[in-house]
Amino acid sequence: MTLPVTEFERETFGSFVAKAFANRSFVTGFAITSLITGMALLSFFWTPYDVTKLIVADRMQPPSATHLFGTDQFGRDVLSMIMVGSRNSIAVALVAVGIGMGLGVPLGCWAAARGGFVDEAVMRFNDLVFAFPALLSAVMITAIFGPGAINAIIAIGIFNIPVFARVARAGALAIWPREFILAARAAGKGKALITVEHILPNIANLLLVQGTIQFALGILAEAGLSYLGLGAQPPMPSWGRMLFEAQTLMMVAPYLALFPGFAIVITVLGLNLLGDGVSDVLDPKLRRQR
Amino acid sequence: MSLLEIENLSLKIGETPILRDIDLSIDAGEVMGLVGESGSGKSMTALTVMQLLPNAARAEGRVSFDGIDILAATEDRMCQLRGDDIGMVFQEPMTALNPVKTIGEQVAEGIRWHTGASRADAEERARQILDRVGLPEQKFPLSRYPHQLSGGQRQRVVIAIACALKPKLLIADEPTTALDVVLQAQILELLRDLVDENRMGLLLISHDLAVVTQMADRITILRHGEVMETGETALTLSKQAHPYTRQLALASTHVPERRVFALPLAGRVWAEPTGGGGDEALDPSQTEHSSRPPPRPAELADPPLKGEGKGAPLLDVQNISRAYPGQRLSMFRKAEAFRAVDDVSFSISPGQSTALVGRSGCGKSTLARMILALDRPTGGAIRFMGETLTGKDEATLKPARRNMQVVFQDPYGSFNPRHKVERLVSEPLHLLEKQPSAAERREMVAAALREVGLRADDMDKYPHEFSGGQRQRLSIARAIITRPKLVVADEPVSALDVSIRAQILDLFADLNQRLGVAYLFITHDLTVARAITDDVMIMHEGKIVERGPTGEVLDHPQSEAAKALVAAAPDLHRAIARRLQEQG
Amino acid sequence: MTSYLLKRLLIGALTLVVASIVVFSVLEILPGDPARLMLGLNASEATVQVLREQMGLNQPILLRYLDWAGGLLTLDFGKSYTYSVPVAELVAERVVVSLPLALMALFLSTVIAIPVGVFSAQRRGSAADTLSMGAAQIGVAIPNFWFALILIYIFAVWLRLVPAGGFPGWNAGLWPASKALILPAVALALPQAAILARVTRSALLEVLGEDYIRTARAKGMPRSHVLWRHALRNAMIPVLTILGLQFAFLLAGTIIIENVFYLPGLGRLIFQAITQRDLIVVESVVMLLVATVIVVNLLVDLSYAIVDPRLRIRQ
Repeated sequence: MTLPVTEFERETFGSFVAKAFANRSFVTGFAITSLITGMALLSFFWTPYDVTKLIVADRMQPPSATHLFGTDQFGRDVLSMIMVGSRNSIAVALVAVGIGMGLGVPLGCWAAARGGFVDEAVMRFNDLVFAFPALLSAVMITAIFGPGAINAIIAIGIFNIPVFARVARAGALAIWPREFILAARAAGKGKALITVEHILPNIANLLLVQGTIQFALGILAEAGLSYLGLGAQPPMPSWGRMLFEAQTLMMVAPYLALFPGFAIVITVLGLNLLGDGVSDVLDPKLRRQR
Repeated sequence: MSLLEIENLSLKIGETPILRDIDLSIDAGEVMGLVGESGSGKSMTALTVMQLLPNAARAEGRVSFDGIDILAATEDRMCQLRGDDIGMVFQEPMTALNPVKTIGEQVAEGIRWHTGASRADAEERARQILDRVGLPEQKFPLSRYPHQLSGGQRQRVVIAIACALKPKLLIADEPTTALDVVLQAQILELLRDLVDENRMGLLLISHDLAVVTQMADRITILRHGEVMETGETALTLSKQAHPYTRQLALASTHVPERRVFALPLAGRVWAEPTGGGGDEALDPSQTEHSSRPPPRPAELADPPLKGEGKGAPLLDVQNISRAYPGQRLSMFRKAEAFRAVDDVSFSISPGQSTALVGRSGCGKSTLARMILALDRPTGGAIRFMGETLTGKDEATLKPARRNMQVVFQDPYGSFNPRHKVERLVSEPLHLLEKQPSAAERREMVAAALREVGLRADDMDKYPHEFSGGQRQRLSIARAIITRPKLVVADEPVSALDVSIRAQILDLFADLNQRLGVAYLFITHDLTVARAITDDVMIMHEGKIVERGPTGEVLDHPQSEAAKALVAAAPDLHRAIARRLQEQG
Repeated sequence: MTSYLLKRLLIGALTLVVASIVVFSVLEILPGDPARLMLGLNASEATVQVLREQMGLNQPILLRYLDWAGGLLTLDFGKSYTYSVPVAELVAERVVVSLPLALMALFLSTVIAIPVGVFSAQRRGSAADTLSMGAAQIGVAIPNFWFALILIYIFAVWLRLVPAGGFPGWNAGLWPASKALILPAVALALPQAAILARVTRSALLEVLGEDYIRTARAKGMPRSHVLWRHALRNAMIPVLTILGLQFAFLLAGTIIIENVFYLPGLGRLIFQAITQRDLIVVESVVMLLVATVIVVNLLVDLSYAIVDPRLRIRQ
């Protein structure tokens, strides 16, 4: 009985890196993401101007050589604000992904390993969280517990939990019936040990891809919350808040709305490309030519 | 001029050459068997004729069908030919039908497309052809969906689609590989009848020499994309002029050299229709070891388990059953439970090799899993080395698990692709009371690898660096590393090419001799059972219906189920003999 | 089929009940006394107590929950603390803005995305595919409120084709009212359309690799016929899933978009109610939105069963 010749799905780290850097999406995404992260790190040490100083004389200057992206109504340098704001976006989205993975993945793996009642309960918990439109609940949570970056993280993080739980569960359910799991059981290994040794390494790629997607969504959500005034509070600059402030000045200074928006689009685009690239490299099945 | 003529066909996918200078021809009403091992280019040859190749494929040479130059034909022209003049049947019936369309729609679609018939007329013709392939209206109305049919029934639908318009050429690519032997025989018979009725040419692609010999007038043997030999079937296979033909034929019928286990059975047992198993006839006092197992390393030695005395059975299965809750008929009514394994009893002596044979879905694998304590029986008890396994937790199962390991069918799926061989093969060492040191562990892995004919330094590789046959060796190394007394092997060679299969069977036989391991060999392939086991159990619908010495049972089956299996099983020697006889 | 749907229905109902408990208890722990908020800081303790009594705030929590939940079932949402009008009235006033907006956006997103997705899958690897998927990739990355700002700048400020914000009410006539919703709907729809187009394309490509597609081609069906008749229906399941999720997303997205365009819809109502601590409005609107999401999910489940006969077990 000839089995269909399957590409054997194992790549050493070295071959993964080689394949990844031959992938256009991955390279572009990786470059953009590194750029944004580098910018955020740089902002801790150096920005063109101090974003906490208000210099009224310099207010509302259009982009020029001295102020590359112009200045806002308080005379702050927009480029510097975008640099500092990136910290906030990245931190909120990253920690929110961490919360989602940290709680969602164990939950999903547990559901897949135990099945039955536990599985049903985890699924119903997912249904419950999914029934609340994420943004609506984030607005509620930040409104109730007060606006601020921490509450924004919690609000976004909570909605990442069922997403990761679902991905982990689906991935784990596909691995459990495999023969190497049966062999591990025949070697007397328990469900927890099997999950750690066999399930997790084999769903890691799924989780990685989902992680970049949720990271990107987290950046968008954080921008939305701070646009509504529920994210990071002044004087900490944030991209969403900059857009909110730019809205009233749109007639006189449209560039104020342009640059923070670009920052968001490019960051999210970079992360999505990175995710696409990773999933292309790890799961060539989807690129299979007919 | 022949119906299909292939001359000097070469095919590349991207830069990879797939086929080189293939010559092949089929006349109307003729059955051509195309044989080869995996990767030999059989399917690609078929897809070239259909012009359904992957986008990156480039074909050169000449393919002419009924006077039409296929390689130069436009896509529109091919659409007219496909399904009308050339029909094709594929290997995997479970996925070959569109799950959201009824079988009637799927059969009628091609008829309407090619003949322009009205919906009613097309359905009428679809009805006729479905009746013809053995799916009568009362049980299989046109409104059935594929998921309501079994694999064999689905393959009949695929054949109906392919033959609906009485094509001149039918291509069948491993049409029975996914089916069990009994279904295989039925489907092959159906194909032969359809070919005879309509004087179709049939290109039958198979890896199974016996199947092709039964069916084909002429045979073409492919290897690595090249034709090795072609000619009249019986002549080619009886002469075996080409060394590769000889090699294939030998491997197909290979029987490993092994001393036959001194049978503990006084006679044979069969039970019908409510077989309670076959261990009544067992006389444990007669049990002898055919070979003495070598002394086990000190760190592996167990204190003798109670009951592990002389003559006691190694494995004793008493009246076990496994029932699954039936599918709900409605909100309030549950269907009767489905009994996958129904009141089965038997026992295996130390060092004995026993085959468990049956059609797919008969409960073989479920039974194996219960023996391995991977699934819980709903009734009955399993005793292994005198200890009851049923209802124990993992911790107390450890000593038993150490003495009972498993080899699976799929050499690709049996290993975690992210671990190295050392870690994979040493996994059962988890069962030892005292965990070995890293150096001891490597030593034990090295020993196990050498035992199965691999090299010790293979342990630092990943499984994807090995071929299918080597991977099955790894699987066996993993199974024997704790020096078990019983290895349960679930179709361990059915995913392998014949030549590899022969080598793995040799390895199994060798380990049985040298280590005294007892086997429970689960297989649907009677050739394999004959080659490697002393004793055979025939399983049918959850029950063991017959048991006895392998040769005796397979030569003179008593129960209906065993008779059906034996009658359906393809056998190369018999097929060649019959062909020669027909020709006088 | 009935048992599948009955199960989904039961799960939906259960989710709704648990959701109501969650909403109620979350808002219970909200700091601030609604009676005090209504009367202002100058009111005496005695008057606050009287109002608390009137509003039923002094009853045990379980009783208050049952009272509130019972009210929801009979569409009696109680009375707003700040507006002093029945919540049902407030909701009715606002839903005529939000619902048409969400539906318009959903419609736009679907009619753009599905043809684009099919087109791209059909011409996989072509320049047109690369271009449209590149556009979709960027579309996914655009935050809808920023996109809204750009639309306002181009179409309202610069070209002066549509109003920059506000809503004249349906009494002002069908066209002026719809005109006010066009930009918000586009702003909501395009980023969603980008997601949907990508999902449609990849679902189709996956289906096109299935064995039964090869069977259909072997029958002599041309590529386009196979795509429309065999592949599309099988690819609908992931597309429907995303559509269901998107409706929930669009409903919530109105919170931001209505703020950008100053539209008097549910999103703005709930946003204002939260800042004003108007608990009863928040609770009711949230429950209403949750119920809508659950109903939409049920509809999606129902359509799965229509698309896929395997879910219609034992007809």
